[in-house]
Amino acid sequence: MADGKSAFLYVIYIRTTADELWSALTKPEFSRRYWFGMTVETDWKVGGPWRLKNADGQIFDTGEIVAFDPPRRIVLKWLHERRPELKAEGPARCSIELEPAEGAVKLTIHHTIDRADSKLIEAVSGGWPRILSNLKSLIETGKIALSQ
Amino acid sequence: MDDEAVFRALADGSRRLLLDRLHASNGQNLGELCRGMGMSRQAVAKHLAILEEANLVGVRREGREKLHFINPVPINDIAERWIDKFEAPRLAALAELKRNPEGKDHG
Repeated sequence: MADGKSAFLYVIYIRTTADELWSALTKPEFSRRYWFGMTVETDWKVGGPWRLKNADGQIFDTGEIVAFDPPRRIVLKWLHERRPELKAEGPARCSIELEPAEGAVKLTIHHTIDRADSKLIEAVSGGWPRILSNLKSLIETGKIALSQ
Repeated sequence: MDDEAVFRALADGSRRLLLDRLHASNGQNLGELCRGMGMSRQAVAKHLAILEEANLVGVRREGREKLHFINPVPINDIAERWIDKFEAPRLAALAELKRNPEGKDHG
């Protein structure tokens, strides 16, 4: 983007209800199945912390809950913790929005950071589509499409 | 998502160019995307509507602006469906070559 920002937008339609999708997004027993073993640790209180951990308990990302409005919208402050060059970019912002759309739910994820040519935004742009495809097939068919 | 709509949307050079431009600089308004396209604002808007219909482009309002973003989700689905499965045997062959670099079994 021209004004010193980097952003990606991900849109997927999932045949389910907003309540079911909301619970898939916020419950760890569900997330570890479509997010390659990852779970979010948080009590989902606005202003409170969250951490994303893999199956071995290693922390990948951390941040703060900025907004939590079930079953419509979650906004997270997002700081990567593993790769120093990505952590050095500082916090990004991720908003997750659910909108009912003709028998399905439109899920929109907007991941943005206030700097041009962000390596973090580039790095996550390969990950989100795989996570979302897996989430869609898990909800619609009960099975995941990709195991790693 | 509807594969037909995705492939129809991709079967046009101007629409592929719009996707390339969004990939280079994500989150542009209609005016920015019209620059250098050599077509009317209405024609660009129509191409963007087809891309949005196919879910290849997502739109977000920020203040008074309507910004267009490339949506990598359907492109990733095409890659998985049409490319990765042809890639798998090649990767398996490379792994085999690594295990047995001098082809001792064959020599």
